[in-house]
Amino acid sequence: MIRLTDVRKTFGRLPVLRGIDLQLTPGRVTAIVGPNAAGKSTLIRCVLGLTRPDSGAITLPDGRDVRLPAARAGIGYMPQTPSFPGNLTGHEVLAMLDALRPDVVPDDSLLERFEFAAQLDKPVRILSGGTRQKLSAVIAFRYRPTLLILDEPTAGLDPLAASVFKAAVMASRDAGTTVLLTTHVVAELSVLADEIVFLLDGMIRFAGPVAELLHQTRQASLDDALTTLMKSPLDAIPPSALSGAVPAPRLQVVRERHA
Amino acid sequence: MTAVPAIVARAVPGTAALSRIVALHQARDVLRKRWVITYAVVLAIAGDLLLRLAGSGPSALVSLLNVVLLLVPLIALILGSASLYGAREFTELLLAQPMPRRALYVGLYFGLTLPLMGATFCGLLLPFIVERKLDAETTPMLMVLLGVSLLLVAVFTSLAFVITVAVRDRARGLGVAILTWLTLSLLYDGVVLAVATSFRDWPIERGMLVAMALNPIDLSRTILLLRLDVAALMGYTGAVFRVAFGSTAGVVVAFAMLAAWILVPWWAGARAFERRDF
Repeated sequence: MIRLTDVRKTFGRLPVLRGIDLQLTPGRVTAIVGPNAAGKSTLIRCVLGLTRPDSGAITLPDGRDVRLPAARAGIGYMPQTPSFPGNLTGHEVLAMLDALRPDVVPDDSLLERFEFAAQLDKPVRILSGGTRQKLSAVIAFRYRPTLLILDEPTAGLDPLAASVFKAAVMASRDAGTTVLLTTHVVAELSVLADEIVFLLDGMIRFAGPVAELLHQTRQASLDDALTTLMKSPLDAIPPSALSGAVPAPRLQVVRERHA
Repeated sequence: MTAVPAIVARAVPGTAALSRIVALHQARDVLRKRWVITYAVVLAIAGDLLLRLAGSGPSALVSLLNVVLLLVPLIALILGSASLYGAREFTELLLAQPMPRRALYVGLYFGLTLPLMGATFCGLLLPFIVERKLDAETTPMLMVLLGVSLLLVAVFTSLAFVITVAVRDRARGLGVAILTWLTLSLLYDGVVLAVATSFRDWPIERGMLVAMALNPIDLSRTILLLRLDVAALMGYTGAVFRVAFGSTAGVVVAFAMLAAWILVPWWAGARAFERRDF
């Protein structure tokens, strides 16, 4: 289990994360949702080690900091905007990343399912946005990650590729991989997410299974439930859910902290 | 119930090996960029034209040094910065890989600097080979020009790294790069000369030495002119430098200062890169 303990981050005078306490359970897809500027990207970047929290800790089960280089060997990351050196071919990009993990036998299954191996001989600069996104997905899954971090992963993918991608995420989850996902596509959340973490103003306003969210907001669809949360997040959820007094089976807010 | 794999640390290559992997692929990408090829061709054409017009190798070298002092910092600083800003998202992807930040910084630095050095070396050397001007008089002078040019590439890519790490916004960063180049290439000597003229009755030689150490282009010009022995073309600071140190000692000191111009920005950039939020 990955544990985030009282993670805080301020940019200038603007507090972006205000005491995030969270546990991510293996074998579950946790979706981070919330309006723009809620702190979703900063939270993901903190987990990846790209952004350093002002305080708090992000640790592996054995207590080590997840930002240590060796710990990142088990992380697969798919950024929102895929970008690669334009003059390298897809094969060269993959060869470079393969060389960083010489002890891992790369998993080519997604590459085969996307059926774009022929495109890998071309320089990346002439590939379409969707093909680059496929390459990005291939990289995220390629090194058999135990933690997958997916930032708006299906943006730019055609429906067929998006379907292949979602199947890959679910297969990974079923194999025990922890998946952390951000997306604004509610249909994607409905298919993929086991747990929802709703962020607003840098604080967790809800964390728990999708069914629990529907129950708490008294809505039938995830779309309506999220809309309800965004409109009046504090009023929508009973205080017991915010305090963690209602135990969530696999993911729970440990405690709410205010800046 | 599915067996859950633990998130365990896996073995990763050593820091030097990681830097080498990054540098190799970055260099491959940079060498295929059109502007790098164009830069080498422009240097070669300029060298060839000057050799044809000047007639002798040493005369062409004196003219070529002015091209080098303008063009090499421009390319290394501005196009280097643009290249680094363009690779920002990929740099973030690499930061998410099992690699220490210092290893990535070293790899990116050499991956940009070595191809630019190669383009500079080929662009300057090729016309002398083609025109068969590598005689006993020209060759040692050309080697000095090549050496100083390569150092200038290293200095200005170091500065490009500092700027791109320190200034997050691409447009602002490129503005800072252009301003830095304009200042060091064009404005600086004018300001120094104005100060020297205004305070000509004061003992300001030491101040002039410090002023020159603060400009790597002035340092390079001094090395080249002292070695080419063209005192008439020396600027005010160069003249002061020669009086203070004499030819050989002056060159050694200037080389040491140029090395500092590479190492200090490099170290500052590396430190900022390790602490920066992406």
